[in-house]
Amino acid sequence: MTGPADLIFYAAAAMTVGAAILVAILPNILYAAVALLFSFAGVAGLYVFLSADFLAATQILVYVGGILILILFAVFLSNRIADVKISNPGRFRLPAAAICLVLFGVLSFTAVSTPFAVKAPVYHPTTADLGELLMTCYLLPFEVASVLLLAALIGAAFLSRPDRGAPGKDDTQEGKG
Amino acid sequence: MTLDKLLVVAAALFCCGLYTVMTRRNAVAVLMGVELILNAANINFVAFSFFLSRVMGGQIFAAFVIVLAAAEAAVALAIFLRMFATTGTVEVDAADELKG
Repeated sequence: MTGPADLIFYAAAAMTVGAAILVAILPNILYAAVALLFSFAGVAGLYVFLSADFLAATQILVYVGGILILILFAVFLSNRIADVKISNPGRFRLPAAAICLVLFGVLSFTAVSTPFAVKAPVYHPTTADLGELLMTCYLLPFEVASVLLLAALIGAAFLSRPDRGAPGKDDTQEGKG
Repeated sequence: MTLDKLLVVAAALFCCGLYTVMTRRNAVAVLMGVELILNAANINFVAFSFFLSRVMGGQIFAAFVIVLAAAEAAVALAIFLRMFATTGTVEVDAADELKG
């Protein structure tokens, strides 16, 4: 059964995995960040196939619109432009590739050979259900997540503040943080 | 589209992220690998929740993982910029002193 839905699914999966491979092997970190964008977009497409419409929109908004922009800013701010091509050689390439290939083989074999008790898939909009669950059953994790976000906001602002005074004096202030 | 195909896709994504984390020297690239690994875990959560149960727990968990990933990325990148201002590089091998 290969309808258009299957073709789109294979296209999304291929975009996700192909872009992830590019992230792993591209020597230029800027190109790797752009490849990461396509990988995240492909994951959002897979979410649509899994009846997770809210998560797909969140994936685009938070990952592509937020985290990837942060990563690009970090690349721009932390690399001297002349170093972009030469400062990112890999290390342990062969052993890492061997470990990852073996791990991929084991995981794929386990996933394919395990008989899961799959139910018939049902597609329905999930946003209302998610909102109701967050306000009732998962209220405590929701509030903890809000406190965590506040802490991360303050921590990031504190860590990235500009230097005040000489670098030598700044060391004592870092100890208090 | 079946469950095992999605699990294979997630496994491939996880292995790419693991390879990135293991081979890269640049700390920002290591963070990119960590994001790939988190995405692979999210695909597994949503896929199992969709195929094996009728409750929405998997999607809720994936949403919390996205929240954690955003907070982690913000703090990690603030640390990298701090490290760049202090040591002039963001290579993970250079971060071998507690008080620099």
